[in-house]
Amino acid sequence: MALFRKLRRNVALFFAVLGPGFITAMVDNDAGGIFTYSEAGARWGYTPLWTLIPITLALIVAQEMSARMGAVTGKGLSDLIREEFGFRMTFGVMAVLVVVNLANVMANFAGVAGSLELFGVSRYISAPIGAALVWLLVVKGTYNSVEKIFLVASSFYVAYVIAAVMVQPDWEAALQATVTPVLDFEGAYLAMLVGLVGTSVAPWMQFYLQAAIVEKGIDAKQYKRSRVEVIVGCVVMSIIAFFIIVASAGAIWEQGPRSIEDASEAAMALRPLGEYAYILFSGGLLFASLFAASILPLSTSYTVCEGLGFESGVDRRFKEAPAFYWLYTSLIVVGTGLVLIPGVPLVRMILLSQVLNGILLPVILIFTLKLINRKDLMGKWVNSPIYNLIAWTTVAVMIVLSLALAFLSM
Amino acid sequence: MSDRGGGTAEDMATTSVDLDRLVYLTELTGMRLEGPNGARIGRVREAAVAPREHARRVSAFLFGDSRTRFLVRHDQIASISSDLIVLSDDRFVPYYPDDSHLLLDRDLLDQQIVDVNGRKVVRVNDVALRVERTNAHDELWVHEVGVGVQGAFRRLTEGILPHRAIRKLQVRLPNNSIPWEYCNMVEPDPQRRLKLLISHDRLGELHPADLADIVEDLGPAEREAIFETLDEEVAADALEEVDPKIQVSIVHSLDRDRAADIVEEMEPDAAADLLNTLPDEDSEGILEEMEDEPAADVEELIEFDPDVAGGMMTNYYLAVSQDATVAEAVEQVRQDKELARTLTHIFLTDEKEHLVAAVPVGRLLLSEGDEPLKPLAFLDTIRVDLLAERSRVVELFDKYNCYALPVVDEVGELFGVITADDVIASLKTRSK
Repeated sequence: MALFRKLRRNVALFFAVLGPGFITAMVDNDAGGIFTYSEAGARWGYTPLWTLIPITLALIVAQEMSARMGAVTGKGLSDLIREEFGFRMTFGVMAVLVVVNLANVMANFAGVAGSLELFGVSRYISAPIGAALVWLLVVKGTYNSVEKIFLVASSFYVAYVIAAVMVQPDWEAALQATVTPVLDFEGAYLAMLVGLVGTSVAPWMQFYLQAAIVEKGIDAKQYKRSRVEVIVGCVVMSIIAFFIIVASAGAIWEQGPRSIEDASEAAMALRPLGEYAYILFSGGLLFASLFAASILPLSTSYTVCEGLGFESGVDRRFKEAPAFYWLYTSLIVVGTGLVLIPGVPLVRMILLSQVLNGILLPVILIFTLKLINRKDLMGKWVNSPIYNLIAWTTVAVMIVLSLALAFLSM
Repeated sequence: MSDRGGGTAEDMATTSVDLDRLVYLTELTGMRLEGPNGARIGRVREAAVAPREHARRVSAFLFGDSRTRFLVRHDQIASISSDLIVLSDDRFVPYYPDDSHLLLDRDLLDQQIVDVNGRKVVRVNDVALRVERTNAHDELWVHEVGVGVQGAFRRLTEGILPHRAIRKLQVRLPNNSIPWEYCNMVEPDPQRRLKLLISHDRLGELHPADLADIVEDLGPAEREAIFETLDEEVAADALEEVDPKIQVSIVHSLDRDRAADIVEEMEPDAAADLLNTLPDEDSEGILEEMEDEPAADVEELIEFDPDVAGGMMTNYYLAVSQDATVAEAVEQVRQDKELARTLTHIFLTDEKEHLVAAVPVGRLLLSEGDEPLKPLAFLDTIRVDLLAERSRVVELFDKYNCYALPVVDEVGELFGVITADDVIASLKTRSK
């Protein structure tokens, strides 16, 4: 009996801890991410692969800090920003976050619509159904079980690995490019670099991860496990990104470099190389979009309501937490609605959302660094000097890249 | 914090206050200080309440720059208007941080407090103070704490729009605020708690389920502070209602003997569930610190899988010999008054502790003291095996409309009782 008890507890712990960090990293490869990686591969071939190593590092640094802050303080990032930097600052950050995340939500519903159109389903059917599913998911209060489904189904991302293999790319060139940094000051290349960084390290993830760590009740003592999970999650995410770039480079760039309009176009390009590669790529896109579309609106509503002091939470009724439910519903309805309006420049809006992502991120990271170095808040869990050096360098690079992109897109 | 006296005459008189008499903290910070001869002295940066002197009076105003601050005491103030404070003298002293001061801007603004009347955790957007005229000079008293859109609006527009315009516009917004007497701060530092007269007593008077909700909304340090200071029985009742994940982190944060004191007071089945989710060394450590009797009760239950009847039952119930009389049963309840709170059935056993029958407590009201219990019992007592699955238990509860279901082993020995509240709780977690 005792042995059984122990075993069960370990399995439970595994699931309790394998959750936030891993899911956050996985959701990172959402529709916007898949599009950016496909575009990078289609236009620049294997060259951009080298960016994945520094990106992984930056991602680990950023996420590890959020996870640590969550575990040590037991408070969400928006709570901490509110308590330490005041109402007005919080309001500003939250306002930008809502706009950015709305664009992200839209990008993911566009991903749902785009991938299902490849299978002949009209977006006027798929997007509203997707939206209804996502909405019900939360209002029915089954989020916890869905999280587990997502966790298991994260293995769906293997689809990209198989798709890449089927494309039969030039593996040697790919590996070579992974360790060969290429800097080119051509505007389009720079924009691609910023896009890659921007899509990998997103502001909403910092909020989501920290909140999820708090919500799981992970404290400083159990934190080591979470750190391992964060690192594993970030590495796996980058590996998947690697295969998406490779698949797209092999299928498109090798036939002739060109730009693509959206991620489903990349899937189309895989078609001549094999029906299965095509199905896998578009299936992966559908899945990733639904995944992100479920988490983003919820995470945004929690973050905003907590920061601004509104009642929040799916365990509260509509009357008790009206701001929470209104925000949540609006994000989904507006996000889907934009996809369905004919003539809305979706690609431009997705790109714009990434620029906003890139502008908001340094702000969030600076807040994070200021908070995490406070002894009264973090105790012995403050950053080490070396860690600070890496983190501040990341922030500096992010700021330079974002400014460059903002400048370029003007 | 807040008036210990509760509804004193002074509180009653101030439930509605003329808007002109109110000064908001957002207006107060930055307000000009003028000497008796009209000399400019500086701008208010912070207002301090000294709860040991007075529960709501601003005891001192601080001004100066971030490096050196100066202090003006409340009795040096001649008058306070909506944009100016005039001093009666211009002697002021440098300010040294003082733990017995509650700094409204630093300690209250943007922080979480507990609204004991509304039974929830709220975040402070603004503080409204009212001007009180005493002994020919003006004082500022904390009136209420703004937690709604109106306070948020003031915070956003402060310094951008003139005060008069803000006041004009804000009346269109709902004013959601909490009277100061219902505000309860949670202070993790015991020293400061003492100096600021903060007590968690009023939290202890809330319903355990409400207190549990409040605790879930607070940060870990505040949770720990509450469970450190509450009466053990109250703490145990509340802890039972807290989400299991948070339960674990609370117990983690407490000293082992404090944790043991609280777990002792919990219902054995709730305590067993809690210890089951803790790491072995913690649960063993806590069991060691516990008194022998409650520890034995809990240890008996901890051995069972939470998904079978044995893991759902409690061993806190009343069983008497099948020959007992009504008076004898009643006497047993009087010996352990805690039992009376939840008692629905009295179980009759034979000399080998085998379950014979169950008597609904209500039927005792129909009989005289010297009558035997047995004729009052149901003839056919529903029971469930120790190892029956959770779903089977739920089925029995539903089918037979049970309130309490006795749990027996294969030969019929009574081991424990599953009560309806546990079944409801387990159904609720399943459906989530």
